[in-house]
Amino acid sequence: MQVPAPFDYERASTVEEAIGLLERLGSEARLVAGGHSLIPMMKLRLVNLEYVIDINDLHDELGYVRVGTDEVRIGAMTRHRELLESPELGALFPIFADAEKVIADPVVRNRGTIGGSLCQADPSEDLTAVCTTLDASCVIRGSGGERVVSMADFHRGPYETAVEHGEILTEIRIPVRPNGSSAYAKVERRAGDWAVTSAGAAVWMDGGAITDARVGLAAVGPNTTGIPTISEALRGQAPSDELFARAGALAAESCSPVTDNRGTADYKRHLADELTRRTLRLAVERIEAGIAGDQRGGS
Amino acid sequence: MTATDRPPVPEDLEHVDNDQHPVGHGRMLRKEDPRFIRGMGHYVDDIQLPGMLHLAILRSPVAHARIVSVDTTAAQAHPKVKAVITGADLAEKGLAWMPTLSNDVQAVLATDKVRFQGQEVAFVVAEDRYAARDALELIDVDYDILPPVVDVRRALAPDAPVIRDDLEGKADNHCFDWETGDRAATDAVFEKADVVVTEDIVYPRVHPAPMETCGCVADYERVSGKLTLWTTSQAPHAHRTVYALVSGLPEHKIRVISPDIGGGFGNKVPIYPGYVCAIVASLVIGKPVKWMEDRTENLVSTGFARDYVMRGEIAATRDGKILAVRTHVLADHGAFNGTAAPIKYPAGFFGVFTGSYDLEAAYCSMTAVYTNKAPGGVAYACSFRITEAVYLIERLVDCLAYDLQVDPVDLRRRNLIRPEQFPYTTRTGWVYDSGEYERALDLALDLAGYDDLRREQEEKRARGELMGIGVAFFTEAVGAGPRKDMDILGLGMNDGSELRIHPTGKAVLRVSCMSQGQGHETTFAQIVAEELGIPPADIEVVNGDTDQTPFGLGTYGSRSTPVSGAAAALVSRKVRDKAQIIASGMLEVSVADLEWTKGAFAVKGDPTRSVTIQDIAMRAHGAGDLPDGLEGALEAQICYNPSNLTYPFGAYVCVVDVDPGTAEVKVRRFVAVDDCGTRINPMIIEGQVHGGLADGVGMALMEMISFDEDGNCIAGSLMDYLIPTALEVPHWETGHTVTPSPHHPIGAKGIGESATVGSPPAVVNAVVDALKPFGIRHADMPLTPSRVWDAMQGRPTPPI
Repeated sequence: MQVPAPFDYERASTVEEAIGLLERLGSEARLVAGGHSLIPMMKLRLVNLEYVIDINDLHDELGYVRVGTDEVRIGAMTRHRELLESPELGALFPIFADAEKVIADPVVRNRGTIGGSLCQADPSEDLTAVCTTLDASCVIRGSGGERVVSMADFHRGPYETAVEHGEILTEIRIPVRPNGSSAYAKVERRAGDWAVTSAGAAVWMDGGAITDARVGLAAVGPNTTGIPTISEALRGQAPSDELFARAGALAAESCSPVTDNRGTADYKRHLADELTRRTLRLAVERIEAGIAGDQRGGS
Repeated sequence: MTATDRPPVPEDLEHVDNDQHPVGHGRMLRKEDPRFIRGMGHYVDDIQLPGMLHLAILRSPVAHARIVSVDTTAAQAHPKVKAVITGADLAEKGLAWMPTLSNDVQAVLATDKVRFQGQEVAFVVAEDRYAARDALELIDVDYDILPPVVDVRRALAPDAPVIRDDLEGKADNHCFDWETGDRAATDAVFEKADVVVTEDIVYPRVHPAPMETCGCVADYERVSGKLTLWTTSQAPHAHRTVYALVSGLPEHKIRVISPDIGGGFGNKVPIYPGYVCAIVASLVIGKPVKWMEDRTENLVSTGFARDYVMRGEIAATRDGKILAVRTHVLADHGAFNGTAAPIKYPAGFFGVFTGSYDLEAAYCSMTAVYTNKAPGGVAYACSFRITEAVYLIERLVDCLAYDLQVDPVDLRRRNLIRPEQFPYTTRTGWVYDSGEYERALDLALDLAGYDDLRREQEEKRARGELMGIGVAFFTEAVGAGPRKDMDILGLGMNDGSELRIHPTGKAVLRVSCMSQGQGHETTFAQIVAEELGIPPADIEVVNGDTDQTPFGLGTYGSRSTPVSGAAAALVSRKVRDKAQIIASGMLEVSVADLEWTKGAFAVKGDPTRSVTIQDIAMRAHGAGDLPDGLEGALEAQICYNPSNLTYPFGAYVCVVDVDPGTAEVKVRRFVAVDDCGTRINPMIIEGQVHGGLADGVGMALMEMISFDEDGNCIAGSLMDYLIPTALEVPHWETGHTVTPSPHHPIGAKGIGESATVGSPPAVVNAVVDALKPFGIRHADMPLTPSRVWDAMQGRPTPPI
């Protein structure tokens, strides 16, 4: 049995209380939500903390998927399983169900949260790529109030986010735009493994032409901008295999993978290309089939 | 094809028999399962004793370094710490080194140098496991870092640092040389052969990774002078003898108990330094001491498996008659030669690399070396290196088929040993006991629908889809072994059995083997039931406690049924012989006039006059007279010395689909036909096969203990060392043939490792077959997506 170094445990029942505890206990305190990243690191003694602040009681307050006219708001304590099983989210953004099906395993999904995933900021983390693809923004609250940041600003680098000490991520907001759909694909060595590479794509169309498109990648270096060159290349074009191939090539060019046990840099770059093409194609197919995505205002 | 429209297989139809209660062989639910499925198993870590202390081990963070100093002052000062022991402390007692199972020595705690990352350097004993772990961080070790030897191919380079400078006069990293077969004869056959195929084939280092890690509770009682050790051991008796020889404690004052074991697969055969540390701690402190390693410790420091770099050559005629096989192996034995194998077999049973084929000649030479990696060598359900041997020959046969442009099934069929050739002596001297190979191959092909699969593959290839069909045929050699040939540290590989029938006809069978999940409590009860007609539910099987069971070498190398199972059958027959004499007295007829029908003796020609085994048991213990010269009670004991190994075999067919874009491999179907001779409990056999097949898929596709160039083990967690889940394996389709062993009392051959031996080549052959359009003849395991993609680009796939 792996055992962590000694630490003290606190439990917060409101967001305000959690912020207060963080301020009072100082920089050696960390929030624990689902605990599927922090607790293994503590057990391996890669992370030694003085205090763990358990925020699972905040699930009542921050566990929700709310669909509005222009945006969907997801509480930071919403668990993977709830995202996977949300019919509203599934209808508007099929990318979520695609991704959640390949995140870890049911035991982890029952417990892990979207907020915890984003704040862990692992470069291989799937929901960061999903939120990037969907151009999400993040609501961060501290004792001084709330601020809203884009994914590009939120994700500062591997294991680093815009959430400062004394702050807590409370909500993820995803804009709803007409006649779009999305998809996610991941290559992993085995179910439950981190991605070798994964890609998310979101496409919006008008008639036969793409009005906008975004691609988010995971595990191939920092990428929280949705790869603007792909968006530029696709806008105004009719979908075709040649177009997707061009997007794939751009994805391969714009990532910076490294060789590790999961695969070589060359292979990951190849996957960035391959999975970008696949997800773009699937997103367009979904729009054309009218089976998923937001169809308001579209054909 | 989906699960619902797959072809029916024989075993599926047998499932309806699960509720049977056979008095003897047959399908029945496992007697031990009610406690396991209720979470009521009792494992080493469940042992709690009054005053028990906890031990934690400080391990080397580097692969190769000289120890300059070890400062334990701060750890000693921890309020909950009872003792901190270093290698220097053990050296004072002469306990810093211990013998390995291969007559090498291994450091219990490092004194001079650390030789692999994860090696034991010091230990702490504390009031609880948390404090013990915390105190490890208070020990300050100053290391003088040395360059490590990581790549086995560089181990014998003239400038390679010498790892084992503890061995007198050691100036290189050479461990041993070994050869088998006839070199000159083999070379001559290769000279004249039409076709010679050469391939470099790597079987990477893998790990058994049992669900339960290793550990023990040592309890030395000062008043009685008795040491009791609850431990994760597959061989409690052998361990007890080794402890006696090493520690100087008299053997009768040592009791080794293996309680329930959460998986072994060979990982729990060696004696690890942690066990010795716990014993020393209990001796010194006089209190019970528990040591349980964590997952990382298990993966980085305990017995690995494989790690063979092989150059294989196969010679054949142009029309596909295989003539000879020749190989040179570079064997990585890690920092200490801890191989667990019969002592005359330093390469285990790798000598069966001639496989299932009738050859003219064969030769193998091997060079084993030391590297800065964990010791061990033979583990992980491999039947003493047969996994490597079968992988080599089954890959070579497929490579030959590739070059000859013939179907690999046709090539195998042409060369399989024929039924009339048994007993068959191979070119390396193994005497295969019995086999009907082609029958098993035909059944496997039939279950798989081989011809349809090839047609489907042809259509798919035309569309650019990558589908592969892999076939492997294997022969195992298990049940070590005859004492004239086989011993471990001088202990003959025989196994005892004691059977006692109580007055009411219930029985207790005591065996020397040790279940780690194989279902011995059921299988062995069924063996006795078959011989005596006592229901399995009435037979208690005792194993794992050296004070309760007769001496024997334990469970590994699929030896339980071949050796202990034979002992159980023979001891039952000994009891039955005595029962017959008692029955003759009860029925007042001569012994020769009695007839045995399962469970009762009757007078020949008059079935109404009979006595059951239960009647006889009561009489044996009763007040009435027994026939002259007969002692009371109904019990017997035996020690079984097998006359030969047993040779199970099988034919496996694997079907894979490879995604042309991502190079991901999906195992779509797996058909396994096994012949393990007489089948005692088909349900348990299928369970063993299912587990072994999953093991094989794991090794073929994802498992590997890898190291970086500094010697850091980068497989120290189950996120890094991948083992397959239900999602990576298909519905297993199993079938069987029955070719009894002629020399085993009930004709059983053993099954525990067949699937682990036979499945890796089937999976790899399938993947390579799928990649045929890319002109690929071989790719090395593990076939992760990245490595398959490399192969598709025409790049080599060396170990990471």
